[in-house]
Amino acid sequence: MVNPGKDQHMSPTSPPGTAQDTAGIHLAVGDRAPEQPRSAGAAMATENLHVYYGDFLAVRDVDLQFDDRRITALIGPSGCGKSTVLRCLNRMNDLVPGARVEGRVTYHGTDIYGPGVDEIEVRRRIGMVFQKPNPFPKSIYDNVAYGPRVTGAKDHLDDTVEQALRGAALWDEVKDKLKQNAYGLSGGQQQRLCIARAIATRPDVLLMDEPCSALDPIATSKIEDLMGELVQDFTIVIVTHNMQQAARVSHSTAFFTAQPDEHGDRVGTLVEFDRTLKIFEDPADKRTEDYISGKFG
Amino acid sequence: MTATDTARTTPARALTPDRRRRDVASTVFVSVLWACLLVAALFLFYVLITIVVSGVSRLDANLITQAPSTIRPATAGVQPAIVGTLLVVGVTALIALPLGIAAAIYLEEYADPRRWFNRAIELNVQNLAAVPSIIFGILVLAFVVRAPLNFGAVALSGSIALALLILPVVIIATRESLRAVPREIRDGSLAVGATRWQTVWRQLLPAAVPGIATGSILALSRAVGEAAPLILVGATTFITFTPDGLFSRYTVMPVQIFNFALQSREAFIPLTYAAILLLIVILLALNGTAIVLRNRFARRW
Ligand SMILES: Nc1ncnc2c1ncn2[C@@H]1O[C@H](COP(=O)(O)OP(=O)(O)OP(=O)(O)O)[C@@H](O)[C@H]1O
Ligand SMILES: [Mg+2]
Repeated sequence: MVNPGKDQHMSPTSPPGTAQDTAGIHLAVGDRAPEQPRSAGAAMATENLHVYYGDFLAVRDVDLQFDDRRITALIGPSGCGKSTVLRCLNRMNDLVPGARVEGRVTYHGTDIYGPGVDEIEVRRRIGMVFQKPNPFPKSIYDNVAYGPRVTGAKDHLDDTVEQALRGAALWDEVKDKLKQNAYGLSGGQQQRLCIARAIATRPDVLLMDEPCSALDPIATSKIEDLMGELVQDFTIVIVTHNMQQAARVSHSTAFFTAQPDEHGDRVGTLVEFDRTLKIFEDPADKRTEDYISGKFG
Repeated sequence: MTATDTARTTPARALTPDRRRRDVASTVFVSVLWACLLVAALFLFYVLITIVVSGVSRLDANLITQAPSTIRPATAGVQPAIVGTLLVVGVTALIALPLGIAAAIYLEEYADPRRWFNRAIELNVQNLAAVPSIIFGILVLAFVVRAPLNFGAVALSGSIALALLILPVVIIATRESLRAVPREIRDGSLAVGATRWQTVWRQLLPAAVPGIATGSILALSRAVGEAAPLILVGATTFITFTPDGLFSRYTVMPVQIFNFALQSREAFIPLTYAAILLLIVILLALNGTAIVLRNRFARRW
């Protein structure tokens, strides 16, 4: 398992002769990931993370870093624990009866599972977008305004809603029908509405669990473009089954797999974590290579 | 017929097999279903027609404006029982709905199902829904009508008995409506930093209201038609005045009907049927409202 330090990450200042120079031959790696100044460091990290559902160990020993204002992709075969890891990052796993987290998950150095940490506050800073678009059965406006309303940020609500909808590249499509029910939107619009809803509370980190898997290629490409925009302001962690998507949008990629343990239970394990470029061009682990080249999973 | 012909016609034949056997079986089956339906419907119509025919002569203004009277049954009515029913069932709703909805929210959203006492409560609620209504009457007679509460045979005692009776129904209906709200709505709300309570109050309850309303109205209509527990807690007396409060003596429609039916004089017969007809109309109106609510507001996720 390779666990890169943050300075190894792709950046315009990478010295010549690194893998980055040979990029773009097989895959347009990092195509849409905008060139940016060096990341300010890790926004979040996991240390020695183990997650149990009851007695079942779902994920073992995950060490990851999520660099500030960067996109990190989590990939791997079904059931390897990508969603599980993602849900630990904003304590959504607290809602699963019997789920238990060991190890540390830090947000700018603070353990979010530490004593005195309020999981509500955690979720306000670390927003989430789900696999299936899940707008509320309310108007478009009320969907976006929901977060600010429950968090008590009710001043300038109209501005907040407009900004969030612009941020999610949805404003022009819905500005004349803000009072209409969100269920009238197309799937891709609904997903962008969910992104608007998530960014309306101005979180720091955006977690996305297969945000495009229910969408057609055009809607998918809109969301991918959008991620390129959003990463200016947010740290993004995305789970995806689409290898091209991971290659296109992310700066770093973590590859997980489910390894049978000594009892034969399949336990999610982090195989390799590195710059996306490295993972796709020159993976260190045979399992990563097999998966990426489609020989597995 | 050549080999090529066979090859061509066989797949087509498969689509037009001998259907007679299958047709007979399904005709028989459908006929049996129709017969069952017919028996049920005929019986219902017979009862309804008997009631209408026997009671129509007393379907007049006196029925709803006059009090029962043993002296002038021909012009007597059931006004105190109508008021009593409204009062008792209204108070029943005030007791049972908040309690039942709150209990359902706790069980569905807060209770950890792995805790033994939550499982015990759950089992209890399920079983209470199946307890005969008269048992609730006995309970209230023992603890509310008599010591320790000692309310006596007053309207409030009747409401408490009916509230206990329909509480499990309200709880179960509310839980089912809450459970029907998709997980994604909960997750979406919590993920933007809403508290559990905000999620319940702003997402789950509004989405569940049609289901809760439907279940509650059906439960209340059951309460409207109940006689057994109320007879036990003292709604039996032949009341000739309008109840004027929670601690007033009272009677309700089903008990009043029961009383009329006990009278031996001829003039009470049409009065009894007319009162039954009135009760049926009230119940149909309640159930109709529930159906309209369900069709109108039921959400398909
Ligand atoms: N709520 C739960 N209760 C019990 N086990 C769970 C729960 N959620 C997930 N698991 C188990 O944990 C393991 C990892 O699941 P997870 O959903 O994280 O996988 P994933 O990598 O996201 O898969 P997919 O790509 O199919 O979404 C699986 O074995 C799954 O069965
Ligand atoms: Mg998943």
